[in-house]
Amino acid sequence: MKFVGKGFGASADTMGEVVFQTGMTGYQEILSDPSYCDQMIVLTNPLIGNYGVNREDFETTVPMAKALIVKEACDTPSNFRSTATLDATLTRFGIPGLSDIDTRMLTRHLRAQGVMRGVLIDGELTWDEVQSRFDELSPNDQVARVSTKRTYVSTGKGPRIALIDFGAKLGIMRELMKRDCEVIVFPHDATSEEVLRYEPDGIMLSNGPGDPKDVPTAIPLIQQLMPTTPMFGICLGHQLIALANGANTFKLPFGHRGANHPVLELETGAVTITSQNHGYAVEESSLLDTALIVTHRAVNDGTIEGVKHLHHPTFSVQYHPEAAPGPFDANDLFDRFMQLVQENKQKVGI
Amino acid sequence: MPKRPDIQKILVIGSGPIVIGQAAEFDYAGTQACLALKEEGYEVILVNSNPATIMTDPTTADRVYIEPLEPEFVERIIRQERPDALLATLGGQTGLNLVFELDKRGVLRDCGVELLGTNLAAIVQAEDREQFRNLMFELGHGVPESEIVHTLESAWGFAERIGYPIIIRPAYTLGGTGGGIAHDRESFEQIVESGLKASPVTQVLLEKSIAGMKEVEFEVMRDSSDQAIIVCAMENFDPVGVHTGDSIVFAPTQTLSDRDYQMLRSVSLDIIRALGIEGGCNIQFALDPDSFTYYVIEVNPRVSRSSALASKATGYPIAKLAAKVAVGYKLSELKNPVTETSYASFEPALDYVVAKIPRFAFDKFESADRRLGTQMKATGEVMAIGRNLEEALLKAVRSLELGMEELYVPQLEQLNTDQLEHGLVHPTDERLFMVYEALRRGYTVEALHQLTKIDRFYLHKLNHIWQAEQQLANEPLTSERLLDVKRLGFSDVAIARILASDVETIRSQRHGWNIRPVYKMVDTCAAEFASETPYFYGTYEVENEAMKTERPSILVLGSGPIRIGQGVEFDYATVHSIQTIRDAGYEAIIINNNPETVSTDFSISDRLYFEPLTTEDVLEVIDNEKPLGVIVQFGGQTAINLAASLEANGVKILGTTLEDIDRAEDRKAFEATLSAERLAQPPGKTATNVEEAVACANDLGYPVLVRPSYVLGGRAMEIVYEQSELERYMRNAVIASKDRPVLIDRYLTGIEIEVDAICDGTDVYIPGIMEHIERAGVHSGDSIAVYPPQRLSDALKQKVVDYTIKLAKAFRIKGLLNIQFVYADDLYVIEVNPRASRTVPFISKVTGLPVARIATQTILGTSLKELGLGTGIHPESDSISVKVPVFSFAKLKEVDPSLGPEMKSTGEVMATDRTLEKALYKGLVAAGMNIALKGNVLMTIADHDKEEAVALAKRFDRLGFRLMATSGTADTLEAEQMRVRRVGKIQESGETMLSVIERGEVDLIINTTSRDALVTKDGFLIRRTAAEQGTLCLTSLDTVEALLQVIESLSFQTVSIPAFTKFGVMV
Repeated sequence: MKFVGKGFGASADTMGEVVFQTGMTGYQEILSDPSYCDQMIVLTNPLIGNYGVNREDFETTVPMAKALIVKEACDTPSNFRSTATLDATLTRFGIPGLSDIDTRMLTRHLRAQGVMRGVLIDGELTWDEVQSRFDELSPNDQVARVSTKRTYVSTGKGPRIALIDFGAKLGIMRELMKRDCEVIVFPHDATSEEVLRYEPDGIMLSNGPGDPKDVPTAIPLIQQLMPTTPMFGICLGHQLIALANGANTFKLPFGHRGANHPVLELETGAVTITSQNHGYAVEESSLLDTALIVTHRAVNDGTIEGVKHLHHPTFSVQYHPEAAPGPFDANDLFDRFMQLVQENKQKVGI
Repeated sequence: MPKRPDIQKILVIGSGPIVIGQAAEFDYAGTQACLALKEEGYEVILVNSNPATIMTDPTTADRVYIEPLEPEFVERIIRQERPDALLATLGGQTGLNLVFELDKRGVLRDCGVELLGTNLAAIVQAEDREQFRNLMFELGHGVPESEIVHTLESAWGFAERIGYPIIIRPAYTLGGTGGGIAHDRESFEQIVESGLKASPVTQVLLEKSIAGMKEVEFEVMRDSSDQAIIVCAMENFDPVGVHTGDSIVFAPTQTLSDRDYQMLRSVSLDIIRALGIEGGCNIQFALDPDSFTYYVIEVNPRVSRSSALASKATGYPIAKLAAKVAVGYKLSELKNPVTETSYASFEPALDYVVAKIPRFAFDKFESADRRLGTQMKATGEVMAIGRNLEEALLKAVRSLELGMEELYVPQLEQLNTDQLEHGLVHPTDERLFMVYEALRRGYTVEALHQLTKIDRFYLHKLNHIWQAEQQLANEPLTSERLLDVKRLGFSDVAIARILASDVETIRSQRHGWNIRPVYKMVDTCAAEFASETPYFYGTYEVENEAMKTERPSILVLGSGPIRIGQGVEFDYATVHSIQTIRDAGYEAIIINNNPETVSTDFSISDRLYFEPLTTEDVLEVIDNEKPLGVIVQFGGQTAINLAASLEANGVKILGTTLEDIDRAEDRKAFEATLSAERLAQPPGKTATNVEEAVACANDLGYPVLVRPSYVLGGRAMEIVYEQSELERYMRNAVIASKDRPVLIDRYLTGIEIEVDAICDGTDVYIPGIMEHIERAGVHSGDSIAVYPPQRLSDALKQKVVDYTIKLAKAFRIKGLLNIQFVYADDLYVIEVNPRASRTVPFISKVTGLPVARIATQTILGTSLKELGLGTGIHPESDSISVKVPVFSFAKLKEVDPSLGPEMKSTGEVMATDRTLEKALYKGLVAAGMNIALKGNVLMTIADHDKEEAVALAKRFDRLGFRLMATSGTADTLEAEQMRVRRVGKIQESGETMLSVIERGEVDLIINTTSRDALVTKDGFLIRRTAAEQGTLCLTSLDTVEALLQVIESLSFQTVSIPAFTKFGVMV
């Protein structure tokens, strides 16, 4: 299928997995969320760029998305914090944008056929040429590309949290710092020895791009840290906890990407509206022989949205309690994590 | 929690008559709620006084009571029905106030009636200014700083602390009388003083003005398990300062970053949880455009106009789900009725832009004050959907039916710079168009922002439209250019104007280039889930989702925005027609643009196209759907007006043909038909200048009824009693010319009679005859109608029937017709409307005949005989029903509340009882009249009414009322041995008419008008003061007569025993 529109932002040919996002606000956060690494993002909200781009709402320093596909890109933004247009921002980061697209048609196509690869070019290509571009597939090293290369520390007076960066959104850091944590950020391939050397009070597994099975180094790390230290996984971190416990993950047909996804907490029956961005999910049947139990489920399709460990202080959610973009309704999960950290500290007598 | 099994019977309270601020949205909400409760197996009892609603159809609830929404009546119903529970949050402020009354009276406790949904304490907490402020302080949310003061001295402290501007709101005055915004010391002193004077408790609220901030609204839902979601957030084009009902609104919010949005979203959830609302609620915010500072302006703890708009804007049926939440369901247990795959506990995602523009009645009320402020003035609204903001806005503009299809208004070119800038700074209904005019004159976005405080984002969008218009005008027309402006929402009419071409040329060029709209679905989820919702909007993009089905279809045109003269009655008939078409096995398609109504509920039709009702938009839908034909006779004048252009483009009009519609609407053809049938109409002539007019009137004899030939619906129609008045009318009120003659008819002061009838081409069935209380000359929509007629002899009724049959056949009606007669010395035909009328819901309800359904069946080819009806009149019912008009004068400053040939009412109520007096009593009470059984009656009577008025005055005198009058009338009354308290004219010193009204000493004002300039001015002042004071003011002696009958029937006779005759003791 071919869509013709107007280019904006950087003028570069590109390719990637085409996914759609239904949030009505938050394009700046979406664009800069490292989990979108190598993806071309279709925004279903037709007017993008209305409130410009500001200095504060980036979720990473260098956005890694391949392209932004919109119905209309606003070049006359209006908001008190706006310092740049969307066009200028995309140009700055070398990301091409495509506007004047029937994004609803494209979204319906993706919903029906599942997410798929796409090529964005300035000009014409034959289908054979498109195919050959697809063959030059980028390697599955997205996590390695978006993760920090070396360990660094952000000081704080509260608990010491080891944040394993698989492509962490700054929002996770913000939430931990809001709770006075000292945060030590580790590269995705850190070993348990490296992490434990810092004597962390809790382990935070971040979100990140791609297929969780492409991050094999995380499995032993999680397995070794889980028994001793409270652990909280978000999104990719959640999927990795599942894999580390012997469960399986699978690719969803078109993923969950938006800011309006209801999630049911099984224990309380409470439903929260969550921010989501994931193309993979934990396979229900694969949990059978593991020590994980399901704690949260998507109201719409029933897929797993959260698990916890039966014996270890480990829990994780598929969605984004740090919001940015999206609702803060699940923000208390960070408080629960803090509580778990406190309880564990008392238990081990620190 | 699933639904509650411990309750069986639920009483639902409606919102009563349509007034400004409380309109058709409550029919939509109430109907949805009742049907939702029935769907759950509950027995639903409904009380509402408004007959013109689908809600009050016997199919909506198990039992429907059309009774006054007053505690005494509702209490009776509660005692009679003994419901287990009551649902009041769907009946607007009226519903809530009624429940407070019932609670205060102890009725709910006494009868063991549980209030469903939000409890009373929560409602009070949301509505009581002080309690609400305290709650916001507790929660840490900003509210504009305010203080209650009783003296000017104590007000200064606040002013010094807060600074100007300050809003001054006097306590307990209707419509904000005496209040205002003070910009400096001087105006502050003046307004506080006048406010204190206006307040009966000498109290004003001073409030920091937040005018100019962004206004943002959140529609929130919560269930009893504390789950809460946002259904929709909307952003106003007009900054804070203009009532949100009078503001142009866009959804979703456009200029809020995720951080801004999530901040207000979290606050909204916090508030709905703190209040403990179970159901829907609306929260209005003011957001500082330059910081994260926000203020909570108001919370409506119930469904509202905004929630109806949000439902239509998102597809999420708030009222339906609110009703289900009220009976115990959790949101996560309820399926989203749009997708039927996802659940109700999810927040709709929009992939389009929605624009709402309010519709005002200022085209009708030329004298009205058009300035917009904190008091709502709009009678209705339109909504439009597009894939960009320009498209949504321009579609909404042409849905307004203001006579133009674009932002350019030629008359505004006449304004000088001062006038234009004044209009930009002080918002009126025309501001949007003034901004466009300013752009045309070269104002920059920045300059306009400084003047209007409208967010630059929106001004840039308007500027984009202007840039596109210039490009279109100055560059050669290519298919790319045309597609470009079509994508921006330009209508063919506008393009033709810009290119100095004609609309047919543009349309065929556009079709030649194959530039056609596609239709996209409103599905609540931005296409994330497959949906079957038959709810579409048109746009210029690639993929069309509204594929024609195999089933034969019929298109019904709706009636557009609610305005005076074309109200919810037409939506009622439209909905009935759609339902009948579906029952007959066709696919029923509707086009309409009014977000408040039942007809735009996507579950009503097989396919809903939310589109403007213009020739272009309707033709494109027809091209997409290829219906068998189009029904125009239920959508009021809006739909009828489209008939000619549709037929000219090859569309089949079902029912009465275009030719016959024209014969009824064209005066010459109408007269010809009438004289061919030997049916009389009031003698009349046409005049093209003053001299001709005077000659005509002399021939006919005064009084005469004059009106221009080129306007419809009673506009600029007047009754003229003498030559000087006629000359003034011809000189000032109309522009007469050869092409536009003035029609002059003899004014017959007889009984006005109205008939609705159905004709299938062979038979004519008359559901009933209605008689008007007010004589001809008062617009039929403003008259009290009585069914069955009380003053007509059987012979006259038969004559009405005969005339109706003749007229229906003569005009070859297929479907509905409405005829107005006047009976003076003989029966005269005033007008024949070849369409559904305002009285269709009333006559349907009083006769039990679903008139619009029967009419639709005849249009679809079923004969009246096959329906078991044939020719004749439906047997009269034993009980007597009245339809009483309801006005919104308190909200429309500068509008003269006197009755005349121009319609002024916004709504109606119905009442039924065994005698006329009882029915009238209920009707008047339901219409909001305070019927005093004693007190003071102030009479100011025009000379030509004096004789008649004296008789009425005597009856008041006999009932013990005290009469008040100025010298002229007082002399007349005293001459008839009545005691009169003399009051001065307005200009006189001492006690004047105005001062006694203002002091609340008058219980009833009887004021008839004449055209004497001074009298007119005084009369106007009296009527306006009465409207603002809430004092009953009657301007038709017939209404007074009806009121007297009611009062007399409520009063025992108190007459002294007769003196003894000379055969007894000495006298």
